[in-house]
Amino acid sequence: MFGKKKTPILSPDFHRFAGTEGYITSAPLEQAVNASVALGRPLLVKGEPGTGKTVLAEHAAQALGMPLLRWQVKSTSKAADGLYVYDTVQRLHDSRFGDADVSDIGRYIKLGPLGRAFKAEEQTVLLIDEIDKADIEFPNDLLYELDMMSFDVIETGEHVEAAHRPVVVITSNNEKELPDAFLRRCVFHYIDFPDRELMDRIVRVHFPDIEDRLLADCIAAFYQLRDVPGLRKKPSTSELLDWIAALRRSGIDTAKLALQVPFLGTLIKNERDLELVAAAAGRRR
Amino acid sequence: MSPGGADPARSGGGAVLLDFLYALRERRVPVGLQEWMALLEALALGLHESSLTAFYHLARSILVHSESHFDAYDQAFGQVFQGIEADALQLTDELERWLADPAMLRYLSPEEKAALEELDLEELRRLLEERLREQQERHQGGNRWIGTGGTSPFGHSGYHPTGVRIGGSPGNRSAAQVAALRRYRAYRSDLVLDVRQVKVALRKLRELRRDGRQDELDLERTVDETCRNAGELELVWRAPRRNNVKVLLLMDVGGSMEPYARTVSQLFSAAKQSRHFRDFKAFYFHNCVYRQVYKDAWFREALPLAELTATYGPSYKLVLVGDAMMHPLELMEPGGAIDYWSYNQTPGIEWLGRLARAYERRVWLNPEPPRFWAHVTVNAIRNLFPMFPLTLEGLEGAVGALVKGKRARGAGGYWPG
Repeated sequence: MFGKKKTPILSPDFHRFAGTEGYITSAPLEQAVNASVALGRPLLVKGEPGTGKTVLAEHAAQALGMPLLRWQVKSTSKAADGLYVYDTVQRLHDSRFGDADVSDIGRYIKLGPLGRAFKAEEQTVLLIDEIDKADIEFPNDLLYELDMMSFDVIETGEHVEAAHRPVVVITSNNEKELPDAFLRRCVFHYIDFPDRELMDRIVRVHFPDIEDRLLADCIAAFYQLRDVPGLRKKPSTSELLDWIAALRRSGIDTAKLALQVPFLGTLIKNERDLELVAAAAGRRR
Repeated sequence: MSPGGADPARSGGGAVLLDFLYALRERRVPVGLQEWMALLEALALGLHESSLTAFYHLARSILVHSESHFDAYDQAFGQVFQGIEADALQLTDELERWLADPAMLRYLSPEEKAALEELDLEELRRLLEERLREQQERHQGGNRWIGTGGTSPFGHSGYHPTGVRIGGSPGNRSAAQVAALRRYRAYRSDLVLDVRQVKVALRKLRELRRDGRQDELDLERTVDETCRNAGELELVWRAPRRNNVKVLLLMDVGGSMEPYARTVSQLFSAAKQSRHFRDFKAFYFHNCVYRQVYKDAWFREALPLAELTATYGPSYKLVLVGDAMMHPLELMEPGGAIDYWSYNQTPGIEWLGRLARAYERRVWLNPEPPRFWAHVTVNAIRNLFPMFPLTLEGLEGAVGALVKGKRARGAGGYWPG
């Protein structure tokens, strides 16, 4: 019905992802994950730093009951490295010093995360983290393999075909724009910064025994900080969690949070931003 | 949620869906057949759970690939599924832009300016809101488009002039309500420009060459040489690939450019920080380029144009930033220079022509929105330089023109409408 489109490998109860105990989702996010699983398309996740893009893959894997394979992309990463690496230098070395069987090329083929996901016995979740760190052409080089779910090892002539289409989660920090051809094949989700209500629930997941008043004060002070105009880097969820941990450990009286923020360094990490915050606090007093 | 009932081809809902597709494309959301088929597949699988809200999120995750298109998506969704008047939204947008942009004041007559000064801002805002309220009451009562104006240009954020119903948790909002909130307006790519975004756009400006220190293992030749050497390991190194792009930036710092000083300085710092250029040089001019350009924004140190083109040869890519708007005499006539102490024998257009002939790869970035480009000097300059608006979208077009080069000869660039 849809041309050459592959049939997604669906289990009857594909509609499975609904967050886990340690990860609170929103309905749109659940929908995006489930659409990605059902359609067999990679899920591209963007959002402010610290909104839990990477953690999402971990918890999706946990919720779907699949092992997680992680591919941390760096500026020097090449798409082919994700499939396999042919360690020529090792082979040259072995041929020179003759302490191994050089004729077996397979010994020098090392599968990358994508290759391992294809070869796995069961369906896996593959996290391609920070895809925008790599060269601009990187995503395009992955297109064919992600589409066909197979690749050839040129050196040995081996053909690797995925027994199970992995659930691919890709995160991007927007450092580079991704190519259109790649985007067209993805299901896209943008993680909004949580509103106060959602933030309340998120913090409670991490600190189940937190007092209501402390939490309310912290969240109020936190959003006040985020509202300071002109901040270069607004504090994020993970920084709020660090800050609350520091506050609780020190046992500081939190009644004056609106006036003075202790451990400000856990929230604001830029000198110019610190000045802005100080100026804004001065105006409120 | 039976998949059969969801099949748009059979249920007759296909027409509405097609409307939606074309509404998206009209708003320049790049939706193609591939995404559309994926959406139909998802609907056939019942992923939309027979709910408009779920459909809103499902369709967005499949059809839209960037948060910069979320706002356009919201508008299209509102238009098709609720009949929210997009025109009215556009009107408030335009009003806000107009009010937020001091440059617009230039188009007022002295009388109008005087009248405006007598009105204080509070009063102006009150009037505006009154108008909008009246207008809304003439429309249907449930219409929410005014509520989107929550951030007023005067900084009184969060004020909702009408009884907009935002009650309940976000989960209870209907999809059209969510769409009508237009929360993603700040992410639109045709409006915002910040240093990082400019850097992202500038990164596409590159030509890779092998250059510099040889510290990369050349595997092919290593194997070759090792074989030649009868198996004795012989390592061959080569230089890594580097960007070979050289950029020459000329910026107008004339009085009419003042409202855009921030935008231009963002472009400047992004280009300056982009370490991937092989060379980056910036110079300044006042309104129009004449015999010389300046090394600083205060016009203390001059560099004759002939020397500029000789020092920075045709391998540089030339980027001019300016509003290209001046008195026709300034551009066309000898002696038209705005600085009364400098009499120019050669008219500005001729100097610009020399620049254009010296650099095959050149663009003009104009901070004015394209709808103000219908001006005689802007048109004259567009015949020499492909012109793009100084927005993210325009910058991408400009980078494209600079990389392709040859095609950019003569007029070109961005044409509104």
